[in-house]
Amino acid sequence: MTNPDPQPGSPDKEPATEAQAAQTALGNTERAETATTPKQPGDGGRPSLGRLFLDNLWAANTFTVTLLSLVLAMIVGAVLIIVSDPDVLATYSYITARPSDAINSSWTLVSEAYANLFKGAVFDPEAFSGWLNGSNGWEAVLAPISETLTYTAPLVFTGLSVALAFRGGLFNIGAQGQATIGVILAALAGFLLPLPPGLHLLVAVLAGALGGAIWGFIPGILKAKAGAHEVINTIMLNYIATYFLTWLIVQNGIQDPNRTDAISRPVDASAQLPRLLGDNLRVHAGILLAVLATWAVAWLLNRSTLGFELRAVGANPDAARTAGISVTRTYVLIMVFAGILAGLGGSNMVLGSTASALTPLVVAQIGFDGILVALLGRVKPWGVALAALLFGALQAGGNRMQSYSGISLELVTVLQALIVIFIAAPALVKAIFQLRAARAARLQTSLAKGW
Amino acid sequence: MSTMAVPDIAVAPVDEGFWTRTRKIGLTLLGLGLVGAVLFGALATDQPARFTLSEDAAGAALKINGTVGAIGFGVVAIAAGAAMLAGLPKRWFTLVLGVGLVSFVLSFLCWQVSAAPAGQNFMPLVNMVRGTFVLALPLIFGALAGVLCERSGVVNVAIEGQLLMGAFSGALFGSISGSVWVGLVAAAIGGAFISLLLAVFAIRYLVDQVVMGIVLNLLAVGVTGFLYERLMQTDAQQYNSAPRFSNWEIPLLKDIPVLGPALFRGNIFLYLGLLLVLVIHIALFRTRWGLRTRAVGEHPTAADTLGVRVLGLRYRNVLLAGVVAGIGGASYTLALYSFTKNMIGGKGFIALAALIFGRWSPTGALLAALFFGFADQLGTYLGAINSVIPSQFLAMLPYLATILAVAGLVGRVRAPAADGKPYIKG
Repeated sequence: MTNPDPQPGSPDKEPATEAQAAQTALGNTERAETATTPKQPGDGGRPSLGRLFLDNLWAANTFTVTLLSLVLAMIVGAVLIIVSDPDVLATYSYITARPSDAINSSWTLVSEAYANLFKGAVFDPEAFSGWLNGSNGWEAVLAPISETLTYTAPLVFTGLSVALAFRGGLFNIGAQGQATIGVILAALAGFLLPLPPGLHLLVAVLAGALGGAIWGFIPGILKAKAGAHEVINTIMLNYIATYFLTWLIVQNGIQDPNRTDAISRPVDASAQLPRLLGDNLRVHAGILLAVLATWAVAWLLNRSTLGFELRAVGANPDAARTAGISVTRTYVLIMVFAGILAGLGGSNMVLGSTASALTPLVVAQIGFDGILVALLGRVKPWGVALAALLFGALQAGGNRMQSYSGISLELVTVLQALIVIFIAAPALVKAIFQLRAARAARLQTSLAKGW
Repeated sequence: MSTMAVPDIAVAPVDEGFWTRTRKIGLTLLGLGLVGAVLFGALATDQPARFTLSEDAAGAALKINGTVGAIGFGVVAIAAGAAMLAGLPKRWFTLVLGVGLVSFVLSFLCWQVSAAPAGQNFMPLVNMVRGTFVLALPLIFGALAGVLCERSGVVNVAIEGQLLMGAFSGALFGSISGSVWVGLVAAAIGGAFISLLLAVFAIRYLVDQVVMGIVLNLLAVGVTGFLYERLMQTDAQQYNSAPRFSNWEIPLLKDIPVLGPALFRGNIFLYLGLLLVLVIHIALFRTRWGLRTRAVGEHPTAADTLGVRVLGLRYRNVLLAGVVAGIGGASYTLALYSFTKNMIGGKGFIALAALIFGRWSPTGALLAALFFGFADQLGTYLGAINSVIPSQFLAMLPYLATILAVAGLVGRVRAPAADGKPYIKG
């Protein structure tokens, strides 16, 4: 990359154009971005909107980097699919003789897999034409969306949990444990309490939130009172919660009396979240709660006093204390709120339609996935909701990919991890695609501060 | 522990007045002793509790009446606690604490063994010791990987992923080549691959190290799980039937009672693990490399000023950590089991706990790993004798112990000062 301006930061040299300024900054992105956003020309000749759009299209802004990270992840995923298929791999042994064989068979394999991923997550044309000519009902058309939203709902909660803590300067790895305790209390309330419908559901959901709050309070108070690092404590509490769950399931009164394996009694119908689109589609009211929670967290962060204190503590605890904010109180509150959100995510898992009884794997991976969702959503509430939607879609599509193309569901985990790895290092994506520097984009994901 | 200097957070319990740390621990020990003497003593039966020096009920044994043992050892723990309360000279502290805790455990064991179903009132010590070491082995390797990384200032939460990747590539390439040694080298490279990603993203791209570690764990779970389902499940014969290291008996040493059969008839990983603890301990505290590593972990700017290449050293140590953890993963697939999905199952995080509990030192990590391994083995044993203590609660023990340790309740732990902070020159 050429570097026409030797002193990019110099105030007396105004870059001539947007593009040139961007290029200048790009020369310095060998290291991660450290405030190299070019100075804007303060007055005169603003470029037209169309020009701005084109400039930004290939710039390292949030949207482009996210999209390109997705592309990169899918490329790596495609390589994994190819190298793990012995038949296709065999065609590579004579690639110099007949390259078309290798290329064709690879393309068929990969495109079929990703097509199934899309059909399972968003829209299946066959189901649509089937609906038009009457061979299947409208449910089949909406089934992929329904599946996607079902997987999205709990991820929104855990993602928000992690994101909220991040904003307060804490790294909540414990969403998994908080969701586990949440799922336990929600399920217990769901099958132990004889309550009328409506009230029963409310109590069960709140029980889940309470469970998460307790499990978030512990690392919060330990951080505030003893200075114990929340990363270590939340990791440890995750495992304690998991062992507690596996112990609890097989106790008398909890375990399903008709079963010998580790499964609890099912949650009463009166405590289950109602399905939104009839009994054949799994999407349930949890997704509405998730949207509500996103709005609430956005309000809390941006509009409330507590949110302001939280962000202040996250940005600079010393300054916050000088300004009269109690840092200890804020830390505890952050972790309690994060716990509540994760606990709600947990209650989604047992009160929704994915499961109705406790099993050792009832919470799946939602806590750890929540960390990825929070990072992908740039720790902003609505960003988290969109990221959860993407992850939910990958999950739903992955199921179809597994059953139709025989590609293991684990590929989805790989894709998710890769996306976040690329997101976390925007400088890498920028270097690969030779992107322009973004206009005042904040791509740095600098969060926790070591132990 | 906290890296942020926040005065309105109690930094650590400062020893003041009558209630010094020694006295608080003494009080706790006294309480534990009382539990042992009263509760365990009441629950224990008159059956003799036999601790046999073999693998089964036969042979020589240490024998004690259950009730007498439970109460007696409880009283010893009480005495140790009381001595601490009375104001003990500092140099006796560790010894008395050790005696007190071991007595408490023995009191517990007397109750459990004497209360076991008829005919099972014995505990085979050889099995216990061997099981402890077998279960501690991946923890030892993992914690050593943590020591190498974190002493030079890079947080390693990716131990789980490194172990898993090592186990996987050991199994895969060991099976394909049919050679254990190829498998071992492949395992080391597999672990180093995860380490390389950690190093590049943490050091070059300044990604938050804890975030990166967590994501790498998920990546390792995904990649190994994916390839396991695609390759190993479809053709286990070719891809998942790695040869295994046989046990090597060390002459003379193998005849020592209890320790001999447990320790000196093991496989290469057992010897390698113990050797590595020693080597890394000496290297860290007695060599130039060790001094530089510790300097880079505590104060990279100062080290840089004196001409140490901070980033180069960090790269090297993180890669080395991957090699160690990768070999640790192979201790599963090249010695015990064939590969299964997510077979490490949280051991990497217990290794992290051992690292913290062992205060970032190789020998401390070894002791912590052995303690956690013992808890694990005890859980298995108690399950076999139908104990009333659920094995899940024993499995929680490592995690609980770590929380207590970082909260400053059991001693103080402090990470290397620059741990987790990227170094930007200039």
